[in-house]
Amino acid sequence: MHSTTRRDLGRFALGAAVGGAAAGAFPAFAQSANPIRIGFAMALSGGLAGNGRATLLAYQIWAAEANARGGVLGRPVQLVFYDDQTTPGLVPGIYTKLMDVDRVDIVTSPYATAMIAPSMPVVMQRNMCFVTLFGAGVNEVFKYDRHFNMNITGDNMKETYAKGYFDVAAKLPTPPRSAAILAVDNEFAQKAAESARFHARQRGLRVVYDRSYPPSTVDFTPTVRAIQSARPDVVFIGSYPPDSSGILRAASELRFNPPMFGGGMVGPQLAAFQAQFGPILNNLINWDVYSPEPTMNFPGVADFQEKYRTQAAKEQTDLLGNYIPPYAYAQMQVLEQSLARVGRVDQAALAADMHASEFDTIVGKFRFSASGEWAEPRNLFVQFQNVRDGDLEKYKRPGTKVILAPENLKSGELRAPYGPPGA
Amino acid sequence: MSTTAVVPATLAPPPQGAAAPTRHLPFWLGAAALGVALFVALRLIGNEYGYYVGYFILQYVVLSSAWNILGGYAGYVNFGAAGFMATGAYTAIVLRKATGLDLLPGIVAAAAVAGLLGLATGYLTLRLRGVYFSIATLCLAVVLHTLVVNWDYVGGSRGAYIVRPREVPPFVSYGEYLFVVMLALAILTVGIARAVQHSRIGRGLQALRDNERAAEAVGVPTLRLKLVAATLCGALMGVAGAPLPYYSGYLNPEAAFGLAYAVNAIAMPLIGGVGTWAGPVIGAVVLGGLQQAATVTISSALNLWIVGWMLVIFVALAPRGILGWFQGRR
Amino acid sequence: MDPDLQLLLNGVVSGLLLGGLYAFAASGLAMSFGMLDIVNIAHPALMIAGAFSVVVVGTALGLDPLLVAVLQAPLFYVLGIGIYSVYHHFFERRGEEALQGLAFFFGIMFIIEVGLVMAFGPEQRFLDPPYAFVTLRLGEIDVPLRMLVPMLLAAAVLGLLLLWLRSSFTGLAIGAVAQDAEALRLMAIDPVRIKRLAFGLSVALAALAGGALVVVQPVEPTSGQIFIGRVFAICIMGGMASLPGCIAAALLFGVVENVTATFAGPSWSPAVAFGWLLLMLAVRPQGLFGKAA
Repeated sequence: MHSTTRRDLGRFALGAAVGGAAAGAFPAFAQSANPIRIGFAMALSGGLAGNGRATLLAYQIWAAEANARGGVLGRPVQLVFYDDQTTPGLVPGIYTKLMDVDRVDIVTSPYATAMIAPSMPVVMQRNMCFVTLFGAGVNEVFKYDRHFNMNITGDNMKETYAKGYFDVAAKLPTPPRSAAILAVDNEFAQKAAESARFHARQRGLRVVYDRSYPPSTVDFTPTVRAIQSARPDVVFIGSYPPDSSGILRAASELRFNPPMFGGGMVGPQLAAFQAQFGPILNNLINWDVYSPEPTMNFPGVADFQEKYRTQAAKEQTDLLGNYIPPYAYAQMQVLEQSLARVGRVDQAALAADMHASEFDTIVGKFRFSASGEWAEPRNLFVQFQNVRDGDLEKYKRPGTKVILAPENLKSGELRAPYGPPGA
Repeated sequence: MSTTAVVPATLAPPPQGAAAPTRHLPFWLGAAALGVALFVALRLIGNEYGYYVGYFILQYVVLSSAWNILGGYAGYVNFGAAGFMATGAYTAIVLRKATGLDLLPGIVAAAAVAGLLGLATGYLTLRLRGVYFSIATLCLAVVLHTLVVNWDYVGGSRGAYIVRPREVPPFVSYGEYLFVVMLALAILTVGIARAVQHSRIGRGLQALRDNERAAEAVGVPTLRLKLVAATLCGALMGVAGAPLPYYSGYLNPEAAFGLAYAVNAIAMPLIGGVGTWAGPVIGAVVLGGLQQAATVTISSALNLWIVGWMLVIFVALAPRGILGWFQGRR
Repeated sequence: MDPDLQLLLNGVVSGLLLGGLYAFAASGLAMSFGMLDIVNIAHPALMIAGAFSVVVVGTALGLDPLLVAVLQAPLFYVLGIGIYSVYHHFFERRGEEALQGLAFFFGIMFIIEVGLVMAFGPEQRFLDPPYAFVTLRLGEIDVPLRMLVPMLLAAAVLGLLLLWLRSSFTGLAIGAVAQDAEALRLMAIDPVRIKRLAFGLSVALAALAGGALVVVQPVEPTSGQIFIGRVFAICIMGGMASLPGCIAAALLFGVVENVTATFAGPSWSPAVAFGWLLLMLAVRPQGLFGKAA
């Protein structure tokens, strides 16, 4: 146990020095030589790199702004990051490097559950305060009281995730009687499907199709046809980008026009997808996290997106930044606000502050629950309306991705059935 | 290529072997000493990162040494290393969930299950030409992947969590414990690979790599030898995977069946030098170390690109690997 | 019509269409792997490289993806010749093709995949011709042009190839090089030249299949991984050196996959397809259509 003690002593000494500097003893010295270092691994290559790169760009925009404001706690911000290559096996090593060799002041998470989970044990061992991005129920298992997840899904995904979708379904002109569920084999989609199953049962809908598919599926025609032949009123799909396109294609080719189609598809939130599919997206009702509707025009979000969009093409990331980037930026705002309140880098105090405080960010105001999820989940269900082509300009303005649920953010009316108008 | 006349020469014990039978004790003592020295050095540095880098490299020492038994000695290329490794990892998870037994029993169970799998695969396909075996292992990985994804007990596609204890006395941390376990496994695996190479089995495998028909003709029991090698190879690959869920705390099928394991299991022995026990060790240390270094320095897709180029350049210009350079000069 | 029968019929038709794509992808491999004994596991990666180049060129010039694919095929033929020359120089000549040659193609595959990520980013790319959104209805059966048009190209290309292999002197020589390279030498034909030509053709086929893939679905740098297992499985089931066998196996594979997806659920279709292959390797290694070894 000797080395542990020595390390702790070292950290204590470092912490003391930081405290002194922040108190204003040597402000000039602090500015130049003692930055606040924020460390993380991020998927910059591999399967999750699309969202990973967008996240990194959002962080960099935040860091540049923070430094222009004079830094955080009077110290400049420095991002220390490594590419995890979407390979979970690299994550524990990267985090020990960040904490033991680079000695960063703050660690934040890689992108998404499969990468966050392997970082948890090493972060917990150092008792670091850990703000994660778009995890799905990681802390249900670890029960770490310094974990905070930046994701709108909240604590109880099973009961809350698909609620909005079935609330909307209840408003269909003819009340729905049956539902079909299709989900890809991965943790997020399976949890989404579980929630859809729960709500379908709760509302007395008969589940006429309920299957999973592997990520390597090439042709979705037989699957969509099997769903079609079961004649469901409501179709809930949990899918990931390459498959989401295959499913939408197949549905359009088979002229599958159920009263409600969509659910938890990941893909239609992204610019490349919207450009490709154009009018096929019409009347799709899908889970989302942000839409530029008047009800979500939180202070600062428009400015951020403008900055983001000017840099996105050059950085080869999502051109619109309507999905992850505002939340990635807000994740850094959480850190900034908490650091400002605590006044020093103190992991225990930061965690206590995050449990106790409300945060005001570019994605709105929220609090964290006891397990570190958003206390109030905010799963949006948006409907694509009036889409005539693949031009992206309209996705920067209200009226294209209309919010149907939740009630307090609602910005338009449901259109049914799914499919192109007049079909 | 070799002819029938060459085979008896290959089968005869190598000249040094005849003079002095393979000495095992000095090797084991040396390996143990090296292991202890590594451990002490890392403890003195007192940096957790060292343990994780060490674990990362050592798991590849185990994996590529295991691959080399069938791939290097006998020339049967296994594309499904990730499948065997995942078998080990998921065996450890199942054991933990079913009985609560910890890492060490998990490793033993992983060896048994993955070994049986190796035997079964070998039995089904090793009578065929080598390339069929390669394709079969590729398919085996796909089938296993699908099975795990559809198996709810181990979490299916959602993955399985293993909450590891925070403390493992007398070790400083769980990271150190994992490192020591992997170090012991690596020494054991390299030792086994070395023993096999110098045994009758190893010589038989080499003979059948050079010319299988000829070896058979002079009475080498090729199928039985291949089955032994396939079993051993599978078991040791399973062993390499067993600590994986404990290392990352969470395992999903995509991570367990990752392409990186399959690539490295082949690339490392080839770069180090196939056919001898030392080749995979050198390859794993060089390539594994390079990958770790690149992860935290270059830190981009370029890092993987370098691995690809290294593999191509090495097999083209140095077909006998790094080891070949030294042997060539001697 | 009975709904189950209708499902079955549609499953078979969509399976045949999917099988057509597989046949396109696997036919090049049947040449390199089956006839020339070159285990080119970079074949699917080369196909994706072809697909990306189709997307880039087609978008820039506003051309149809299949047209671009045909126009660029000669370039990939040259690329194939280059790859074969390196392979021959370093591996085949030395008799080290088994292990080192395999690793060489493994490395090539890796280099292509990661190179594409670095050049184009990890996101999916697409180029949809207008007909990709049209579906024909023949009674109770739907036939999307998105699948049908690439299959027609596949049928045309493979038909020509088959004809050429069966009737031309060089084509027959390619068939012969698989059987007995020495005999060719006696007939004063350089087997290396024949192999170089055939390998170039196989890479050109990969690029053509890539063009077809662009019409069928968006492509990512790593899309090739989905195809590796499938194309090798098809090649083996087809009896390796037989192009008609390969095409038949591909169609069968597509039908098995899609009928399984229709009735047992899509999560079982890869296991059924590959389990079938494993079983066949065990009991009938010469393939469904091959002669006994």
